[in-house]
Amino acid sequence: MLEDIGNLFHGFAVVAQPFNLALMVLGIVLGVIVGVLPGLGGANGIAILLPLTFSMSPTSAIIMLSCIYWGALFGGAITSILFNIPGEPWSVATTFDGYPMAQKGQAGEALTAAFTSSFVGALFAVIVITLVAPLVASFALEFGPPEIFSVYFLAFCSFVGLSKEPPFKTVASMMLGFALGAVGLDQMTGQLRMTFGFPQMLNGFDFLIAVIGLFGIGEILLTMEEGLSFRGNAAKLNMKVVVQTWAKLPRYWMLSLRSCLIGCWMGISPAGATPASFMSYGIAKRISKRGHLFGTGEIEGVVAPETAAHAAGTSALLPMISLGVPGSPTAAVLLGGLLIWGLQPGPLLFTEQKDFVWGLIASMYMGNIVGLIIVLTCVPLFAAILRIPFSVIAPIILVFCAIGAYTVHNNTFDVVMMVVFGIAGYFLKKTNYPLAPMVLAIVLGDKAEEGFRQSLLASQGSLSVFWSTPLVATIMALGLIALFWPIIQNALTRARASVQRLRAAQ
Amino acid sequence: MSDRIEETGGAGPSHRNVEVGVAVFIALLALIGIYGSLQVGIGWASDGPRAGFFPFYVSLIILISCAVNLAQVLMAERDGQVFAYWNQLRQVGSVLLPTIVYVLAIPYSGIYVASGVLIAFFMRWFGRYAWAIAIGVGVAVPVLTFFMFEIWFLVPLPKGPLENVLGY
Repeated sequence: MLEDIGNLFHGFAVVAQPFNLALMVLGIVLGVIVGVLPGLGGANGIAILLPLTFSMSPTSAIIMLSCIYWGALFGGAITSILFNIPGEPWSVATTFDGYPMAQKGQAGEALTAAFTSSFVGALFAVIVITLVAPLVASFALEFGPPEIFSVYFLAFCSFVGLSKEPPFKTVASMMLGFALGAVGLDQMTGQLRMTFGFPQMLNGFDFLIAVIGLFGIGEILLTMEEGLSFRGNAAKLNMKVVVQTWAKLPRYWMLSLRSCLIGCWMGISPAGATPASFMSYGIAKRISKRGHLFGTGEIEGVVAPETAAHAAGTSALLPMISLGVPGSPTAAVLLGGLLIWGLQPGPLLFTEQKDFVWGLIASMYMGNIVGLIIVLTCVPLFAAILRIPFSVIAPIILVFCAIGAYTVHNNTFDVVMMVVFGIAGYFLKKTNYPLAPMVLAIVLGDKAEEGFRQSLLASQGSLSVFWSTPLVATIMALGLIALFWPIIQNALTRARASVQRLRAAQ
Repeated sequence: MSDRIEETGGAGPSHRNVEVGVAVFIALLALIGIYGSLQVGIGWASDGPRAGFFPFYVSLIILISCAVNLAQVLMAERDGQVFAYWNQLRQVGSVLLPTIVYVLAIPYSGIYVASGVLIAFFMRWFGRYAWAIAIGVGVAVPVLTFFMFEIWFLVPLPKGPLENVLGY
């Protein structure tokens, strides 16, 4: 524990180097821009900007990329409140009360509340990461192939059980990801598979291309369909409003704490920031005394989803750095970055790459503080970006998507694949197939398969290896519970209802 | 998007048909996956499961879930929901087509020239900007990109004849 604190301070020293601080500011600014622009989000924004970091040290690179992520998380709130356009899926719930507040002329208050609660949520999650991640990592060091596979199993099952999309669509999308990830060289036997003689398929499908295509190009096509035009409220944010709002916020400490907990829970289990924000908003609406006024511009309706979304978005990095299992597509892209910089994600990071891990954790603290200052001072500037017409922004986003896709492997065929993924993303999204599980499956496919096959190899092909030790059996059981959670929940409510009916009958 | 109309056909393709199309398409991918796995062997070799073992079962699960999805769509009542109106689809197409041309042009013209043309075209076509402004932005963005990637961050991007003439 003490050693960890020492490491953390060392991390702060690394982050405080002028070069890294400059990258941090650059990352936050780019991130907010990415978060504000339609068609660009945390995941594909980082994927596109990943090549900029190829010539940096891994620590500087992760500082810049994670700051893009914090920036994107902050940026989503600006468009939700001022323009009623959620820049990111996790800021949809922020529009419910944020936009009405802006219409009532309280845009400044809403923005301050949103940014501050984002900051609180993120800070809470970072503290959780600081305390829990080293423990999880040291625990996970003992894991063999069956345990590793069971962790993946749990992660993917939670996706099916917790997603609001139809379960079989989630399964189809996820398994499609595994299948796409399996194309190319088989890691274990060195054999080529499912390439059908096409040399372009030898390297398989890179998930970064998938991310840029599915989320970037697909999103632009969707935006185009809606014929987007921005009509927004003016952004005025002066220190007086900020201080006044800050004076009000401590009143909602209970709400904040609850939202933090919801966010962390949803972020660590791979449900992600979007359901966390909705859940937090829903619960706040039910519990709050002013719940019936939610939707008309209540400050609590901004605090709840923003806190939870940031707590979830941040804590999604916990399983990524401690287990190598990303909790969200954005975390998956960061994990892909680690692989490109030559680091092996997972528990070993904590023992072998101390500088890197603690630099990352320290940058989470610093990045969120710097981010809060930047967004509070530069809102009008960022809002102005949204006033640039879509006919100018759209081709520029397309160009950056293409550059991002090309630089992954310096391959123009990848750019073509990006467009194919974009078209697929448009149709999948419109027919309610969730995209996040597919992306995570492409990233983790190789490792999950390796874990699975190595376990089977050890057990001579018997599936019982996944029930052989209490630890594996527990994780697998949790996975099955997560998988069938909707059914279990249904049965529970039905049972409760029938008990009540029995009581009523008596 | 969720407007209902009496008969699907006039306003746009029905949501139901697109759902069926997507499910069938994914099922086709699954069949290709199964075929590919069978090619490399799905059984058990002396050194453990063969290369096709994992993708075979994955593809099988895709196929099963597609069957369920398809059944759910087909059993649901026809609600006449439209996937998207034709004019919306036309708008999507009007972005998609230039993008495809752009992407296919990159290997030949290099990324900078193609990007400039795409941006200028978009601004002129959709934004109805004056040619001067459209071309101005179309030149400025690739030039800035060039400095950012090639000079500052040392990431080479595909170059074409124009860059060769200029000596890069």
